[in-house]
Amino acid sequence: MTTNEAKEKGLKWNRKHLLGIEELSAEEILYILDTAEGFSDVATRSIKKVPALRGKVVVNLFFEDSTRTRTSFTLAAQRLSADVIEFSSRLSSLSKGETLLDTARNIEAMGVDIIVIRHSAPGAPHYLAKHLKVSVVNAGDGAHEHPTQALLDLYTIRKIKGKIDGLKVAIVGDIAHSRVARSNIWGLTKLGAEVVLVGPTTLVPKSMKSLGVEISYNLDDILPYVDVINMLRIQRERISSNVFPSFEEYKRLFGLNKERLKKAKPDVLVMHPGPINRGVELTSEVADGPNSAILKQVSNGLAIRMAVLFLVNQASEHAL
Amino acid sequence: MKVLDEEKTKDAIKKLAEQIYSFYKDYKNKTRSELPNLAAIGIKTGGDILAYRLSDILSDMGLPILQRGSLDIALYRDDLEIRGSKIRVEKTDINFDINNYEIILVDDVIHTGRTIRAALDALMDLGRPQAVRLAVLVDRNQRLLPIQPDFVGIKMDEPTNYVQVKLKELDGEECIIIGREKAG
Repeated sequence: MTTNEAKEKGLKWNRKHLLGIEELSAEEILYILDTAEGFSDVATRSIKKVPALRGKVVVNLFFEDSTRTRTSFTLAAQRLSADVIEFSSRLSSLSKGETLLDTARNIEAMGVDIIVIRHSAPGAPHYLAKHLKVSVVNAGDGAHEHPTQALLDLYTIRKIKGKIDGLKVAIVGDIAHSRVARSNIWGLTKLGAEVVLVGPTTLVPKSMKSLGVEISYNLDDILPYVDVINMLRIQRERISSNVFPSFEEYKRLFGLNKERLKKAKPDVLVMHPGPINRGVELTSEVADGPNSAILKQVSNGLAIRMAVLFLVNQASEHAL
Repeated sequence: MKVLDEEKTKDAIKKLAEQIYSFYKDYKNKTRSELPNLAAIGIKTGGDILAYRLSDILSDMGLPILQRGSLDIALYRDDLEIRGSKIRVEKTDINFDINNYEIILVDDVIHTGRTIRAALDALMDLGRPQAVRLAVLVDRNQRLLPIQPDFVGIKMDEPTNYVQVKLKELDGEECIIIGREKAG
């Protein structure tokens, strides 16, 4: 379905929460991407703010470390004229033994409108959404989903390639432990892309074929056929574990350098959710090269998060 | 209910263009530097199509419209909380620095004036235009805010409950539907 078709059918956004990509329809995903277009130029104007969430309060409830996602959500909320409260688990009563729900209920009682949550437990945002009245946005829950990352990846691909339907997209790395991979797989397949997962056998579970994707253990084999390569970050804490090949071996088999990139299509799009381990997943030549969309992903992330905050808030107003 | 057909709709647009032209005609035959840099910006959706049409007509008449653009006002509306998810955000397309321009702001229908209030706020967030003049095809004569158009194609004699402007580019047909009773 094209943008205009979605529009002509008068589709509306009715979700008060954004918890994952899995539950969204293709039309709903496109609706978010289209809405983000309307926010994309706010960053380049003389006044980088719109009044859409004036008087609303957004809380960043982060139980895991994050710089990029947290900053992006903060800036997105500020550009919508909302007030933002930053909450870090380390400085909180959680260290005094308070439960997640009690913490969230206390924050809700202060008159908050949207909670943006990152938590190591899969399903934590869903749990809050069930028990709270406010809107909940998932900023990453364990190895489950990271919906705004997938949305900004989809937006970036559509913006540069002009479409998503029919593209072949490789997701490379530690698929098994990656919420970015999971959300991307849902989003890409719903919008008609072919997805191939690439990585060491220990990190690419065969069971994921049930999600409608292909699996490959050899990056060089698939490189000539793909339009997009999404390189996942290698979590250094896993490198010592026995599911991981040696550092050098990983680099040799799955790292993307200038030589290896020559095997790909000349206009292949190289993406990475960040933060990059330079010299591991990508060499600097590739990360900073002409095929790289990495910084565009970051800019687009703002437009996507503005759109998401705006839409969940609108839906909750409507529900009143 | 009354319907103005395609020809009458085109006449109304022509009449609107002529008003704009005569407002600026004093500048004619003077050097270009004395004529303000004119840009037509239409409010989505409907106003943007009209702004393009007016630009063409005015440029043909000899009044150069140097830039065109479209403005989406969704994020500036005062009824975001009332209309909720019915509101759709679209892209503003203004690819020039409005500081150097006198803006002719175009909409198809003016009713309460709330849309224009939102449009002015949206415009001012993009810069500080030299001036803003308001051109509307139909004035429903039912203002709730102290905002008045500079140029009007058709003005209703009394407050009118329902007006719909249909344009070829958007609706596949061209007419103005005017009803005392709310349609649909």
